[in-house]
Amino acid sequence: MHPVDTMGQNREGAEYGFAFLDEDAKRELRRTIFKAVCIPGHQVPYASREMPIARGFGTGGMQLTLALLGPDDTCKVIDQGADDSVNAANIRAFFALTCPGVTGTLRTEEASVIQTRHRIPELPLRADQILVFQVPYPDPLVVVESNAAKRRRMHGRADYARLWVKLYEDMVAFDEITISHRYPTRINGHYIIDPSPIPRFDVPKLHQAECLYLFGAGREKRIYAVPPHTDAIPITFNDVAFAVESFRDKTTGKRHVCRRCGADDSFLDEFPDNDGARVFQCSDAAWCDMRLERLEAAE
Amino acid sequence: MAYVAIRGGADAIKGSARLMDALRAMGSSAPLELDQIERQMPLLHSRVLSEGGLYHPRLASLALKQSLGDSLEAAFFLRAYRSTKPRLGETAPHDTRTMRVVRRVSAAFKDIPGGQMLGATPDYLHRLFRFELMDEGPETFAQIARDWFGNRPKAEAPLTFPKVLDTLRDEGLLAPLAESDEEPFDITREPLIFPVPRSAQLATMARGETGGLLALAYSNMRGYGDVHPTVGELRVGYVPVMVPHPVTGKPMEAGEVLVTECEIVAMFEKADDGAPVFTLGYGACFGHNEVKAIAMAVLDRAISVAKDKGRIANPSEDPEFVLLHVDGIESMGFCTHYKMPHYVTFQSDMDRLRAARTKAEEAADAPR
Repeated sequence: MHPVDTMGQNREGAEYGFAFLDEDAKRELRRTIFKAVCIPGHQVPYASREMPIARGFGTGGMQLTLALLGPDDTCKVIDQGADDSVNAANIRAFFALTCPGVTGTLRTEEASVIQTRHRIPELPLRADQILVFQVPYPDPLVVVESNAAKRRRMHGRADYARLWVKLYEDMVAFDEITISHRYPTRINGHYIIDPSPIPRFDVPKLHQAECLYLFGAGREKRIYAVPPHTDAIPITFNDVAFAVESFRDKTTGKRHVCRRCGADDSFLDEFPDNDGARVFQCSDAAWCDMRLERLEAAE
Repeated sequence: MAYVAIRGGADAIKGSARLMDALRAMGSSAPLELDQIERQMPLLHSRVLSEGGLYHPRLASLALKQSLGDSLEAAFFLRAYRSTKPRLGETAPHDTRTMRVVRRVSAAFKDIPGGQMLGATPDYLHRLFRFELMDEGPETFAQIARDWFGNRPKAEAPLTFPKVLDTLRDEGLLAPLAESDEEPFDITREPLIFPVPRSAQLATMARGETGGLLALAYSNMRGYGDVHPTVGELRVGYVPVMVPHPVTGKPMEAGEVLVTECEIVAMFEKADDGAPVFTLGYGACFGHNEVKAIAMAVLDRAISVAKDKGRIANPSEDPEFVLLHVDGIESMGFCTHYKMPHYVTFQSDMDRLRAARTKAEEAADAPR
């Protein structure tokens, strides 16, 4: 759980420099990050180097993390909320190979940089922590406009009328806004972002947070940010409340709880067990473990 | 970063990597030598060099060996390796008239200055199996090359050739080459923000995936577009790479790269001075990849047509559509990523579907 050894002795990675990328690439990434922080929600283009892990697997997030990490950092990687998901394990192994000195951790509170795919940790992040998102589609307007040049103009003018029309059409057709994840969220009153495929459950965590949120889209070559203490409002209508995933049992009307730690307020993974019964469990593995530790300590 | 022992995923990945490696070694075949890949599968090797966008023949062979022959994966190895290297300098533009030609053909003229030179091509071979190759002894194998070199007089053909299209230019049928001092767009250092200059268009396609370029170009050829190309010249050969000397700054030859270049001539358009001229499409890439170079030239022309007319009528004419979708590393990666876990977003999808179904049920149950 608490690794102390570093990667200095790793011979396999010795042929590459610290954090894999050449120094010019890292400098470009850092400049782009500054710009993204200065213009909250604006998608800043950058060159985006190829990573030895395929496009779509988090190359944007990896480049951000590699540009951020120094030898005294502590890093955590999650996918679907879990550290042991294949992709998280794979990216973690790559950082282990190429970032000698950096400490790895599974605990949210210990990490200075957390790279994530599809979740924001349940434990509120602090001002000294950075959450790096892996982003497949950086542009929320892509659902209504396929031409990138037009989308850029629309963002500049904050012209989001067609997104609102899409939400309205949803209401007409289903009496529900059917966007399940990647929920369009307005940052600092101007740009609307695609907050990456996090569930709606996680969107409120973007609003007026303590930590810095960085979004990296490697294939689409864009970086954007939600800085600390910044407004992040999911778009909806005055008379239609933004609704997060409910986890309410239709027959009993009660909310499902985690079968491991009993949490009744976390995002749950739902899956059939070996007998075919539906079970629910915290998606955030570190959160679930932490609650279990506390419960054991209390006994 | 220190490696943290975690459940499930990490062990599974290690096991999978070992199995991938073991697949090569199962059976009784001898280990592949890098030379065998480069010499005996030069066209596959060429494809990887070109799509990888890094001219490193030896690493291209290693990439093919390591990726078990998957051309997309092999090109990916070269690209990823490239990310670790700084850009040290730029060369001046290279004139392919200096190419040491191994093959050149023109479909536009029966004969061309310097002559047509078929070189090595499968174009006119019958695709019939030569079953004797199933069991080829080392002695007969070595004899093939000896026979070829045996009675060959030295320097029977010139090494370099003039460009076929120069004759069209001399006659004024093709617009003269405009000297451009525009900085070439470096797609490895800048993202494509549309509209992009033609140099970005050409660079993107030069390392594009062969199948992707072919599919889009073919759509134009067979009706979703109207380029109607004639291959003015297709040439394959070695171009000397001139780089500025680090001390004197004078150009010096650092080596040579195998290049395929294709210039297509398309139907005429009105030039600025009023007289109609033929138009040109250009394709070039590392390695010996003729289909790719031709497809690229057709797409280059198709995009330019739409630019000139100010109207995009077909997907192959839309620079965004073409340039953002022809890269094999990006499209393969994104396609592959769908195999990764998506259960959080799927949970969210189920939530929305259940909510919408509940609303629908309530509406159905409500008294009318």
